[in-house]
Amino acid sequence: MGWLDRERTIAPPGFNRWLVPPAALAVHLCIGQAYATSVYKTALVKHFDASLTEIGMIFSIAIVMLGLSAAVMGTWVDKNGPRKAMFASAMFWAGGFLIGSVGIFTNQLWLVYLGYGFIGGIGLGIGYISPVSTLIKWFPDRPGLATGMAIMGFGGGALIASPVSTALLKLYDPNSGATGWVASGDAVGKLFLSLAVVYLAYMLFGAFTIKVPAEGWQPAGFDAAKVKAAKLVTTENVSAQNAVKTRQFWLVWIALFCNVTAGIGILEQAAPMIQDFFRRSDGTSLVSAAVAAGFVGLLSIGNMAGRFAWSATSDVTGRKRIYMVYLGVGAVLYAVLALVGSTATVLYVALAFVIISFYGGGFATVPAYLRDLFGTFQVGAIHGRLLTAWSAAGVAGPLIVNAFLDAQGKPGQLNAVSYQPALLTMVVLLVIGFLANLLVKPVDARFHEPRPDRGRAYEPAMEA
Amino acid sequence: MSTAHTPGPQTSVKVSTGQLAAAWALVGLPLAYGVYQTLTRVAALFG
Repeated sequence: MGWLDRERTIAPPGFNRWLVPPAALAVHLCIGQAYATSVYKTALVKHFDASLTEIGMIFSIAIVMLGLSAAVMGTWVDKNGPRKAMFASAMFWAGGFLIGSVGIFTNQLWLVYLGYGFIGGIGLGIGYISPVSTLIKWFPDRPGLATGMAIMGFGGGALIASPVSTALLKLYDPNSGATGWVASGDAVGKLFLSLAVVYLAYMLFGAFTIKVPAEGWQPAGFDAAKVKAAKLVTTENVSAQNAVKTRQFWLVWIALFCNVTAGIGILEQAAPMIQDFFRRSDGTSLVSAAVAAGFVGLLSIGNMAGRFAWSATSDVTGRKRIYMVYLGVGAVLYAVLALVGSTATVLYVALAFVIISFYGGGFATVPAYLRDLFGTFQVGAIHGRLLTAWSAAGVAGPLIVNAFLDAQGKPGQLNAVSYQPALLTMVVLLVIGFLANLLVKPVDARFHEPRPDRGRAYEPAMEA
Repeated sequence: MSTAHTPGPQTSVKVSTGQLAAAWALVGLPLAYGVYQTLTRVAALFG
């Protein structure tokens, strides 16, 4: 499989770097499907005669595996280059759908856990980090813009997968015209097969399009001295092994964890939350189910747009400052939402939109933040390790919100006041994240990789 | 990374415009479709 090696992917002189973002997007648009599982969730509950929790477990396993595989495989991705990583990701992701479809056709839920959850989750993790360090190397002048474009695809993937999956389920199920229709297991199995084929083709397009820049390549007109001028941007390199020993890594981990937990708090409950916020005294809501679905769609666009817009903005403002906005302004907006969000739907929708754009922005900006602090040497591996914050937030966010809501009453009886304890807890979390980000300083020189003119006698210990 | 190629600034003109447009279309069109479909749902929010 030498044709997948990094050496075979080195760009020839004159290669246009703008061919790299679509290659990265091709992978992220596919793996972004992970956020469109709600389309067939009810169908799987019915098909397997299982609980929502049992079916929800498929998604949970996939997200946990995303974090774990990104953390474990990050160094392998950096060493072997983006083509081999994208190829592996395509095999795992498409293979996960194939095994999942066998599980559906044979009525064995454990096979869906193994396929989509475990194997597909590995594809998610490798695919998510695979183009990041390559993009940063191609766009040293605009790393935020470059990673924003790719990671925007992860948000956008669900926007595509959701309507396409619905259309395919209708096509595959002869009873789709019936009132109260829920797709059959057979239709979901065929959908999984279809997605496996399409995603495999798209991700292979990404794998065979991507190239890495030649050693020493720089974009025309790029002035490295300008990069050096920024206080938090290093020209040194820190290995992944040493990065996790630094205080800076864990401060950024806390900042990302807090930002993601707060965002998931809204995303998890988006549809019922807007209905509960505008519940009248007779128990009915001013917001219909169709309008709530529209709200969820708007949040998806906010999530996607924030990834691109805020990350690109960070190239101008600097990463630390933009994180202060995500966490500081986010905390203020969250508090306003909790306390006066129920006074007008326009206010509520606008606040939620901006908060979710910050959530997306946090994801997209963090690779460039890591590049600034630790250099480009093993930024993919460091990013992979940092994504454990996402896995942890994926557990903590829903736990916090659901625990508070369970204590407030039953679904259908909740109102805006019922959400205040959960939302104000998120405000506290955002403030903690803000303080952590505020403490980020340049990485101590003892963690820098040795150079010919500067050796290192011993491996640095963990920073206190 | 190999050092097989000459380092230093280089111009970005060798990939054909058609190839570049096709690559962007391959990812841009599905994304535009997804955004459009989502916006039709969002319309209910303001309707």
